[in-house]
Amino acid sequence: MLDINKIFGTIDMIDRRHLDVRTITLGISLLDCADADINVCADKIKRKIESKAGRLVEVGKAIETEFGIPIINKRISVTPISMVAAACSSDDYPVLARALDEAAANCGVNFIGGYSALVQKGLTDSDIRLIRSIPEALASTKLVCSSVNVASTRSGINMDAVAMLGETVCETARLTAGDSGMGCAKLVVFANAVEDNPFMAGAFHGPGEPECEINVGVSGPGVVCHAVEEAGDCNFDDLAEIIKKTAFRVTRVGQVVAQEASRRLGVPFGIVDLSLAPTPAKGDSVARILEAMGLETCGTHGTTAALALLNDAVKKGGVMASSHVGGLSGAFIPVSEDEGMIAAADSGELNIDKLEAMTCVCSVGLDMIAVPGDTPASTVSAIIADEAAIGVINNKTTAVRIIPAVGHEVGSRLEFGGLLGSAPVMPVHDCSSERFIARGGRIPAPLHSLKN
Amino acid sequence: MRAIVTVTGKDRKGIIAEVCSFLAQQNCNILDINQTVMQEFFTMTMLIDTAECIVPFDELSSILSENGRRSALSIRVQREDIFNAMYEI
Repeated sequence: MLDINKIFGTIDMIDRRHLDVRTITLGISLLDCADADINVCADKIKRKIESKAGRLVEVGKAIETEFGIPIINKRISVTPISMVAAACSSDDYPVLARALDEAAANCGVNFIGGYSALVQKGLTDSDIRLIRSIPEALASTKLVCSSVNVASTRSGINMDAVAMLGETVCETARLTAGDSGMGCAKLVVFANAVEDNPFMAGAFHGPGEPECEINVGVSGPGVVCHAVEEAGDCNFDDLAEIIKKTAFRVTRVGQVVAQEASRRLGVPFGIVDLSLAPTPAKGDSVARILEAMGLETCGTHGTTAALALLNDAVKKGGVMASSHVGGLSGAFIPVSEDEGMIAAADSGELNIDKLEAMTCVCSVGLDMIAVPGDTPASTVSAIIADEAAIGVINNKTTAVRIIPAVGHEVGSRLEFGGLLGSAPVMPVHDCSSERFIARGGRIPAPLHSLKN
Repeated sequence: MRAIVTVTGKDRKGIIAEVCSFLAQQNCNILDINQTVMQEFFTMTMLIDTAECIVPFDELSSILSENGRRSALSIRVQREDIFNAMYEI
């Protein structure tokens, strides 16, 4: 039998350090639900999701009890709806969003992702219809998440789509202003989006994925933070080793849970996403790990280097713990969902420019950031373009999930509640980007040699 | 299925006897026991086989937890796989 200290060490991680499996996400292909009649398409979507995911929550709960590991979220991702709906003669796509919402509620999951379009090189008629419908779709549903991929390293940046998405984000904020702009918390704009991401709001079941699969996202910032604190003032070589070992253990939990869920549901195991996903709870923060490394506040000089070490060590430790790794794998820095990030933003040490620099070395991007409600759509588009450029040039996934806080100014706060936390409204640059965004067209794909 | 039972509480006489009798009532077989007392704090881990257990795993978990609560002990049961996975390559 294992050493008593190791057994109690694991229990301590669960009870006091927030070790958990953040999400079990069932990916479902909806390609066979296409129909010229949008109502028939909606019925097919509902039936398919309910037949494939009906047991997901029950199985998740059983695994949780047997292993004694909390599984915080059970979720569903589906084929990008712009593909499924392309055959529909109607442009009333919110009908499909409501079908997703009902199916998700009937299955008992807390989010469903895939009200999405992949437009990195260009927009199909269906993509345009979907993007135009996003504000209404998000305002009229509770559980549906939406994402649009506007750029890739191979295709460059679709600036027409970037311009549209700036408007879409602002319109979604207006339509859901009574609910703290919650619609924007469910809308992600990606560059180099991955097809097997289990995390919301950006999860969708890519066209290259199988009929159905189980993807699992692990967590554990509290466990890593505790390990870094225990390490004291060791040098970076030792610190990286400690984080790697901790990430290995955290990921192993995800691997065991993923395999068991796959076996019980009779669905292939896809990937484990090696992520450090924070929550607003004290002791579950990525920012506090960076501070435990020796920074007075997250956001000060040294933050990018600390995050780079953390992100790399988490991947190195985790990759050996799982047979298949994928998704967004890395440390997440969603401001509203991380108690330490909120404190750093409140203190003024952490601003959007520093967050943008941090996204160069971690997963995923400018995430859950509230900006003043009067921020022009062209400025939102320019923020998306900057983030996409980082992803495209550095061959990594980046994203923007930004919430224009209608009726709020810098210094006030949006309250989302639950895992989405609360977002202090952060300043953006006042100077205009309008002429830049109005150009449209595509920023060409970058050269893959002469790397400087 | 093999599972790990962990027991913690203030040390007193008869804890091992009580926990063993809870497990015997459910027809669980004890394979190994590791126990120590640290500053009057009782800690014990047990490796058990639940193959012939008369109740499903979730019920075993609630029975042990409830019995433990009545005896001022924290008792939990988890599948062994999770611990092995975390500490073995």
